[in-house]
Amino acid sequence: MPLPDVIPFIGLGWSDVLFLLLSGVVLAAAFAVVFGRDIIKSGLFLILTLGALAGIYVMLGAAIVAGAQVLVYIGAISVLILFAIMLTQSKLAPVKLAFQTQVAPAALAAVLLALLFGLAFGSTNWGSTVFTDTPAATGTAPVAAALFGPYLLAFEIASVLILAAVIGGLYLAMEPKADEAGEEGQ
Amino acid sequence: MSQIAGHLEPYLVLSGMLFAIGSFGFLARRNAISMLMSIELMLNAVNLAALAFGAFIPSLAGQGAAFALLIIAVAAAEATVGLAIVIAIFRNRKTPLVDEYDTMRQ
Repeated sequence: MPLPDVIPFIGLGWSDVLFLLLSGVVLAAAFAVVFGRDIIKSGLFLILTLGALAGIYVMLGAAIVAGAQVLVYIGAISVLILFAIMLTQSKLAPVKLAFQTQVAPAALAAVLLALLFGLAFGSTNWGSTVFTDTPAATGTAPVAAALFGPYLLAFEIASVLILAAVIGGLYLAMEPKADEAGEEGQ
Repeated sequence: MSQIAGHLEPYLVLSGMLFAIGSFGFLARRNAISMLMSIELMLNAVNLAALAFGAFIPSLAGQGAAFALLIIAVAAAEATVGLAIVIAIFRNRKTPLVDEYDTMRQ
């Protein structure tokens, strides 16, 4: 027996349920990243957020970006962040004082920003297509045509930027030499 | 039939909420690495919005994914340099908390 198109009692399609599930995971894990007391758990919840976002990218028909997200964000950046957490963890980072003194204005600013986004999204006519299901996967041909056509200069600059960032990161994280350590250690 | 996943607005609302959460974390957390993680959240929110526009607006097909790939590349460079700076400061000041980096205020 084939599955029904619309789930009974709820009136939502299967892709709706998948979207709600993934976006719930994204938002809950993002809250855990921001509000968590333990910074290692924050780093692990960041991985969960990025993974669920990769699922939403697949729903949007951009499988190539989802693959890049898993490779670059989950595979590289999250591991880098976890290494930095373990290198900088000390008794001087107290558990209870995770927030600065400006937490109330920060919360106000974030809520105002969310309201502003809601107003802008609700009052704008985007002229967007409405699909009966999730958007169809487009493959990589239009992405390649955009990336190697009008955005070729940005693509090349990004590669130079990554090279510069790698060299700069190596230089910044290098151990200072023994004769300079006394000056820098103050 | 789909009432949510086939429309543009739910993706934009999710992106806006994720950006707001990330901006709160950036403004409110004390730990420098937590602030960097919040920046990653905000960059991902922008990626989601770009991909949603690329998928739902026909004249932008392909450009959303190209933008998202470029943003991912720049985010990787930003994370490299940012974490290297945090580790270099930590080596001198022995703390990752940004409100204790107050040498220039004294």
